[in-house]
Amino acid sequence: MTIKSAIRVIGSSTPLNFIGVFLGASIGFATPSLAEQVYVSNEKDNTLSVIDLDTLTVTATIEVGLRPRGITFNKDFSQLYICASDSDSVQVLDVKTQKIIANLPSGVDPEQFALHPNNKDLYISNEDNAIVTVVDTVKREVISQIDVGLEPEGMAISPDGKWVVNTSETSNMLHWIDSDSHELIDNTLVDQRPRHVEFSDDGKTLWASSEIGGTVSVIDVANRTISHVYTFKIPGVYKDKIQPVGITLTHDNRFAFVALGPANHVAVIDIAQQKVIKYLLVGRRVWHLALNGDETRLISSNGISGDVSIIDVKSLTVLKSIKVGRFPWGVAVKP
Amino acid sequence: MTISAYYYCFVGILKREMTRFLQQRSRFFSSLVRPLLWLAVFAAGFRSALGIAIIPPYETYISYEVYIAPGLIGIILLFNGMQSSLSMVYDREVGSMRVLLTSPIPRAYLLICKLLATSLVSLFQVYAFIAIARLFDITPPLMGYVYLLPAALLPALMLSALGLFLSSVIRQLENFAGVMNFIVFPMFFLSSALYPLWKMRESNEIIYQICALNPFTHGIELIRFALYGQFNLQAFSVCIATTLVFLALAIFGYDPKHGLLKRKAGGD
Repeated sequence: MTIKSAIRVIGSSTPLNFIGVFLGASIGFATPSLAEQVYVSNEKDNTLSVIDLDTLTVTATIEVGLRPRGITFNKDFSQLYICASDSDSVQVLDVKTQKIIANLPSGVDPEQFALHPNNKDLYISNEDNAIVTVVDTVKREVISQIDVGLEPEGMAISPDGKWVVNTSETSNMLHWIDSDSHELIDNTLVDQRPRHVEFSDDGKTLWASSEIGGTVSVIDVANRTISHVYTFKIPGVYKDKIQPVGITLTHDNRFAFVALGPANHVAVIDIAQQKVIKYLLVGRRVWHLALNGDETRLISSNGISGDVSIIDVKSLTVLKSIKVGRFPWGVAVKP
Repeated sequence: MTISAYYYCFVGILKREMTRFLQQRSRFFSSLVRPLLWLAVFAAGFRSALGIAIIPPYETYISYEVYIAPGLIGIILLFNGMQSSLSMVYDREVGSMRVLLTSPIPRAYLLICKLLATSLVSLFQVYAFIAIARLFDITPPLMGYVYLLPAALLPALMLSALGLFLSSVIRQLENFAGVMNFIVFPMFFLSSALYPLWKMRESNEIIYQICALNPFTHGIELIRFALYGQFNLQAFSVCIATTLVFLALAIFGYDPKHGLLKRKAGGD
């Protein structure tokens, strides 16, 4: 190296740059990341992708069972339950070690599930068998199996733990199950192909998406009847492509977000106004949604484009779309 | 020749351009209508034509309107650059240009002043357009509007320099329409204004190469990146180099000793 080129090399790294790199490296080694983590199940890769919500990068990819779809955390976020549909089991991931520590009996083809507020009972819909399987996650055994309509999919439990609601895609019904007796109490007919249900935080309303019907029904929980139906219209998008699937609601009951499947948009509903106020362009075939802890970020899984979109809830703008595995399906956030 | 004389000259030319701009309100509105029509009508029909790839500087999926906004800023600059050269031909024909060029100040300086003045006037139109574009959900970050100023000024200078050079080789006003057809439209359509270059490449490699070489593409990309707070070094370098080349050609073209004007005068 000549003197001239040595001077050039030193000159290219300014003191500020050098200090910045040094400090950055020190901080990086000294403190572990405290950022929230987004877990995404990749249906066709048999993996989970883990995304750091501060840096918006994929930090880990974890091998799991076959065709992972629905995912949900337990109450203290120490374990993640994974519907490994083609493995016919619900897997338990230890979040700290990122290893599968158990396979729960789940019935055939588990797709979606919901954890009871008692943090113990897992209600799983078995798409191929038209039943809901109840599993005790502590004893790791099946407690009960409940007959429901054809192709059960969506599953939600009321915040007080009283109601378990399951959707059956082909019967076009919401099935109301009493969580104490595990008896089917009532059915509510909604539009074609109900895929997902979600209770509001106060437990007064239940939201249900109908994929083929292209609507979202809001059901009054007290009398189990439909109180409002939302329809969607996006300029330049064919009506048939608007297929609502995932729904998530903010805790303050201000916004409802609806993933519109092949329409590649997420609808933002102002609940007080009962009005769709915005459509956000995300990746292809947007499927499920999750909010982070303080509800500043909404994350959507975009199946066909193989990425997730991160949405800023305050400005209702899409910040970034991040590549994950093939066909991302479920999404859950660990604070 | 004092510095104040140079300053006086620049202010004089800038004032003249500004006055022309303010008096020709219809020109201002028509220059806005053109890109707004593209945005409101053309882009609306092509919403799904763009495809699905995420390309820099964008970090997520964008609507077609968002994609073509920098290209439409480019249209404003392109048409203004050409229009100013049109006015140069006109000025030269009716004589006011000759008066300007008889000033004792070096001709190259006069031409640079003229370029700067027309470019600054273009920027008014650019900002008016991008403000209205917010209604169409084209909402770059606020700092993007600041970065846009230098990023749009450079392509404005480049295109005005091209216009100035063209005006030096055009003999009569009537010839101008042909040049517009041979320069403006190919420059616009063979660029990244309407479609990303990867889309061009999918259909035809030769067209893609032409688009990639077109300096107008680089002007648009400089603006596109700046709007989203990023600096595109390649686009910047191409714009600077092209501006200098066009400027040198224009100065040569207007040089009474060696330039093309002399040859033309001889021909006449």
